Amino acid sequence: MYDIAEEPHMHQARRQFLKTSGMGLGVTALASLLPQNALARLDSTGGARAKRVIFLFMAGAPSQVDLFDYKPDLDKQFRKPLPKSVSQGQRVTAMTRGREQLVAPSMFKFHRQGKNGIWMSELLPHLSKVADDLCIIKSMHTNAINHDPGKTFICTGAEIPGKASMGAWLSYGLGSMNRDLPDFIVLNSAYWTGGTRNVQALYSRLWGSGPLPSKHQGVAFQTSGDPVLFLSNPEGIDTGIRRRMLDLVGAVNQKHFDEIGDHEIQTTIAQQEMAFRMQASVPELTDVSNEPEGIRRLYGPEVEKKGSFARNCLLARRMVERGVRFIQIFHRGWDHHTILPKQLPGQCFDIDQPSAALLKDLKQRGLLDDTIVVFAGEFGRTVFCQGRLERDDYGRDHHPRCFSAWMAGGGIKGGLSYGETDDFSYNIARDPVAVRDLHVTMLHQLGIDHHKLSFPFQGLDQRLTGVEESHVIHPIIS
Amino acid sequence: MKETYEFELPKSVAHQGLKLLALGECCLHFLAVMASAAEVQFNRDIRPLLSDRCFRCHGPDEHERKAKLRLDQADGPEGAYRNHKGSIALKPGSTELSSLWQRITSDDPDEIMPPPEAKKPPLTAAEKALVKRWIEEGANYEDFWAFVPPRHPALPTVSNPDWSEKPIDLFVFRRLDAEGLKPKPRADRRTLIRRATLDLTGLPPTREEIHEFLEDTSPNAYEHLIDRLLDKSQYGEHMTKYWLDLVRFADTNGIHHDHYRDLTPYRDWVIRAFNRNLGYDEFVKYQLAGDLYDEPSRDQLIASGFNRLHLIIDVGTALPEESHTRNVIDRVTAVGTAFMGLTVQCAVCHDHKFDPVTAKDFYQLYAFFNNLDAQPETGGRSGTDFLRGLQAPYINLTSPAQETKLKVLSAAVKSGNAEVKTLKQRLSEAKGAGEKETLRKQLASAEKNLKAARDKRDALVMTIPAAMTMKEREDIRPAHILIRGAYDNPGARVERDTPAFLPPMQSSSETKTRMDLARWFVAPENPLTARVAVNRFWQQFFGVGLVKTSEDFGSQGEWPSHPDLLDHLAVSFVESGWDIKALVRQIVLSETYQQRSETAPEEFRRDPENRLLSRGSRFRMDSELIRDQVLATSGLLNKAMFGKSVKPPQPEGLWRSVAMPSSYPKEFKPDSGDQIYRRSLYTFWKRGMAPPQMTILNAPTREACIARRERTNTPLQALLLMNEQEYVKAARHLAHRTISQHLDSSPSERLTAIYETITSHVPDEKEHAILLQAYRDFVSLYDADRELAELLCRGQKPPERHSTADLAAWTMLASAIYNLDITKTRQ
Repeated sequence: MYDIAEEPHMHQARRQFLKTSGMGLGVTALASLLPQNALARLDSTGGARAKRVIFLFMAGAPSQVDLFDYKPDLDKQFRKPLPKSVSQGQRVTAMTRGREQLVAPSMFKFHRQGKNGIWMSELLPHLSKVADDLCIIKSMHTNAINHDPGKTFICTGAEIPGKASMGAWLSYGLGSMNRDLPDFIVLNSAYWTGGTRNVQALYSRLWGSGPLPSKHQGVAFQTSGDPVLFLSNPEGIDTGIRRRMLDLVGAVNQKHFDEIGDHEIQTTIAQQEMAFRMQASVPELTDVSNEPEGIRRLYGPEVEKKGSFARNCLLARRMVERGVRFIQIFHRGWDHHTILPKQLPGQCFDIDQPSAALLKDLKQRGLLDDTIVVFAGEFGRTVFCQGRLERDDYGRDHHPRCFSAWMAGGGIKGGLSYGETDDFSYNIARDPVAVRDLHVTMLHQLGIDHHKLSFPFQGLDQRLTGVEESHVIHPIIS
Repeated sequence: MKETYEFELPKSVAHQGLKLLALGECCLHFLAVMASAAEVQFNRDIRPLLSDRCFRCHGPDEHERKAKLRLDQADGPEGAYRNHKGSIALKPGSTELSSLWQRITSDDPDEIMPPPEAKKPPLTAAEKALVKRWIEEGANYEDFWAFVPPRHPALPTVSNPDWSEKPIDLFVFRRLDAEGLKPKPRADRRTLIRRATLDLTGLPPTREEIHEFLEDTSPNAYEHLIDRLLDKSQYGEHMTKYWLDLVRFADTNGIHHDHYRDLTPYRDWVIRAFNRNLGYDEFVKYQLAGDLYDEPSRDQLIASGFNRLHLIIDVGTALPEESHTRNVIDRVTAVGTAFMGLTVQCAVCHDHKFDPVTAKDFYQLYAFFNNLDAQPETGGRSGTDFLRGLQAPYINLTSPAQETKLKVLSAAVKSGNAEVKTLKQRLSEAKGAGEKETLRKQLASAEKNLKAARDKRDALVMTIPAAMTMKEREDIRPAHILIRGAYDNPGARVERDTPAFLPPMQSSSETKTRMDLARWFVAPENPLTARVAVNRFWQQFFGVGLVKTSEDFGSQGEWPSHPDLLDHLAVSFVESGWDIKALVRQIVLSETYQQRSETAPEEFRRDPENRLLSRGSRFRMDSELIRDQVLATSGLLNKAMFGKSVKPPQPEGLWRSVAMPSSYPKEFKPDSGDQIYRRSLYTFWKRGMAPPQMTILNAPTREACIARRERTNTPLQALLLMNEQEYVKAARHLAHRTISQHLDSSPSERLTAIYETITSHVPDEKEHAILLQAYRDFVSLYDADRELAELLCRGQKPPERHSTADLAAWTMLASAIYNLDITKTRQ
């Protein structure tokens, strides 16, 4: 059944090659395509430290000032204008343009955590306990100042809609590790303890395949109904009936292949069989009833709620075990323009224990070594206040100049704080990390040279990292 | 593109590589053969060779260039004709004095080009012969083919004059001749009517239509069929389906809140335009500049809404100047993709890397489109404009009756307003407490009446369709080159103009207008417009264009597979008065189109996309066709045309999973009644979460202009076709209908009826046996589990004298036939 000529990379290679030789355009052809297939094999040659990624995406942009980027001296700056020497006339959103920029120190306490004593906010007690596994990057920066382009940028490497997303690139570049599940799965959280008023829109393009073949796009699991759209047999069709129906369809399709000669018919047969297998493998994956009590306790009480961030973290671990390459969990509601102190704790409650549990759980199964876990939003938040300003009541606007993210596992150093911002958590003071640097580092750990991971479209070799220079962040690699 | 969802990795990359090399050789050889008869043409014969073997080191990229020599240009200090220390790469007329010739024919491994380390094969004997002739004939360079106006190529001759006399066929069959191939015979008549009906109307033929065609033995039967199909109103709907991808038509804003935006009058105009066969030149002009006609008609204004189809953010978070810039860039990008077939957007930030589009060129085009008299962001979250999905400027498309009614209701609001105003005035002047009290009461009542009048008027307004239009501001907004594309970093000022590498535009006024631009697009000397258009129409009928990259005719786009055919079609299209129906008719009446698609597996392997056109094309139908076919064949289809978009059911919670709390609309509420059975081009399209029945089958999200869809084959598609509840419902509907119509017939006859209804074919003996056995198995399975049968039938009573198990069994049989590869494939 398996036929090398039907292998997608080969379609691509052939197409590209025909284009090159027959029609006289393009030069990369085989040279650039064959290594992509080889990429998947770097595991055995020792080039890859990690095999898979779990990306915890905090959509809406969490406040680095209140969670990771501790600035004790800010306390004295309460309600004082942010010095012009710091803001340097930077553009802000339409919401705070022309307003006074008064400093709002964080009301939350920070403590040193772990062997290396990295600073963590009191809002993250569970993550604090796994601080030795975390590499906190405080010097992230991005271009976009609004959510939509910001999210699109971090998820696809470009602000303009329509590029391929991180997971699609990995699926394309590394291929699959299993035969019953997609390579790239997206999980959206459906509960926000911090309230719903800050919940920003998502777009399916954030997990799209852009110009890559669409089989690489993320499959978004649904929080209600079928986890995969149209997975279940309709009422009145059981497995026996479905099997009989597919036998019939397969037999007639096979006869038509014999007459017509188009291999595409055989592909249809294969995909119908794959669909049938998924009807068993996906429910097995999402059924957590046999997870022991200890594991449930680890992830916390929310794990009992389908669609919660906690449940999604548990599912992510199960997916890792079953060979899914890239899992992206979206948690929305971090857009705290006002009453941040009231709403941030709820958001942290949602993600703190489950993400710490995910690290512990992966670790105890020996999976953290070759799984990269990333935690990031699309940008940071301003140190100056938006809206009402009290010691215990303030809000923060969008801030692309610096934000914090963390990585863990997959050969990333734990217990590390990397990069620094100035005294106002406003500009980067040391070791800036661009979004594409984060991408490149991720790819590097997976054994991929980002220059080679490309796809020809609109006359260009498209890359996740675009055309601008990017750097692997070597100091955070163990 | 055919892609599979295969989970294994290739086993032998190297082996495959060798196979590919062999294939490539074949193609080059073919090019050489083709050129041998006629005069050598640089673009067709030489440029591809130089590009493949030489440009990497001797091409446009100055960083990679070796020996100060570029072979992509004849002239200039590093051009091919230059004399560099006594060495001339190309001396027109003389191979002896041309070092290029010496190097490509050398035996010395240190001399030969391309050098061994380039890992490029040396030129074959045939290729060398071509280069030799080219040099001897003067080593003439030509401008890039797509930027030179097309001219009528001479009609070729083919080895067998009996094959066809039609121009399309002569061009195609000449190439088959060169390949040593023969055209395939015509497809059988059932296949032909199915193919033509799907291609021209987007729907399969009915059994009656099939039989009528089979019984028509006149020699013109096929021609008559085509004319009948072109006259159907479904033709316009189907042509519009393709256009909507190209212009990213949708029902929401696409950014941030992704609010409702009603552009449906534009969609309806496109349908009418195709059905009335509006000339493509007018079609282009209406859209680019419909608002600039003297006293523009309603249709011209609606069509100018093309300029309003871009994504747009709602007011409140972004910076308006930035939003304005994004809108205009999006608008110009659409013009580039739809009418020019160029990726002009590459020049937003820098000069184009491959095509001669400079940043200046881009912003000169930008200058035509930056003058819309509208806010750059959509308005607040209340009011009738917001609820109607409108943003000024727009025109209300009132009927005469609505006009009359609206006048009355508006007058009531006006007089109500006046009354309130008067009473307020009097109240402010009133002295006595009693008088004040009376006036207050009167005012309260007047305000109540006014509100009622307003509500009544607004209720009427909500039912009036309206079309957003293009409108110029009084003063022309200046345009600048934006450095690196940044809205807040303007560089040099630019004036409206067309790209310098294309023919200049004419203008009668001091300031060039969008209408001038529109005329320029459809002027006969424009090298792109007609080629790009005919190529896209061709793509509809063969699954892939003559230029495969139908969105990119630039130098990184793909070379046309049949350049002369493309030019022939383009020139005759313009000469016909841009007559779309005539073009389509010419294509589907060709023998090339009518060939059968079955062939040996090796031929599918050799040419999976049928670029040589050596057979009828075979490709999976688009999502809309697949759904519409299910609706039409089951008898559920509602053929009503035009109007607001409709929402057929989709799985719960999809919108909620991406929407914001104040997105409008936020929750998906399916329509009811027969609205849910409308053709798919009327389906509501939320850009943030497009309908899964469409996107799973490769429909784009409509966030960007797409000239060709990808075609994949995935398990998610298999699940959709197996389990989508409306599709299962349709299978049950068809089963019920078929049993009812054939109450006293044998299972055999029913089986044939269902099979023919769905696939347009009757099952042969073997298929019949397989299907009948399956039907019997379904009956016994459902007989053994009556409850399961009841569940499948959802309370629908079986026709008289038939059991629920029987209805369930026929439902499964119909569903199985809907899931066949031949059902979802146009062949």
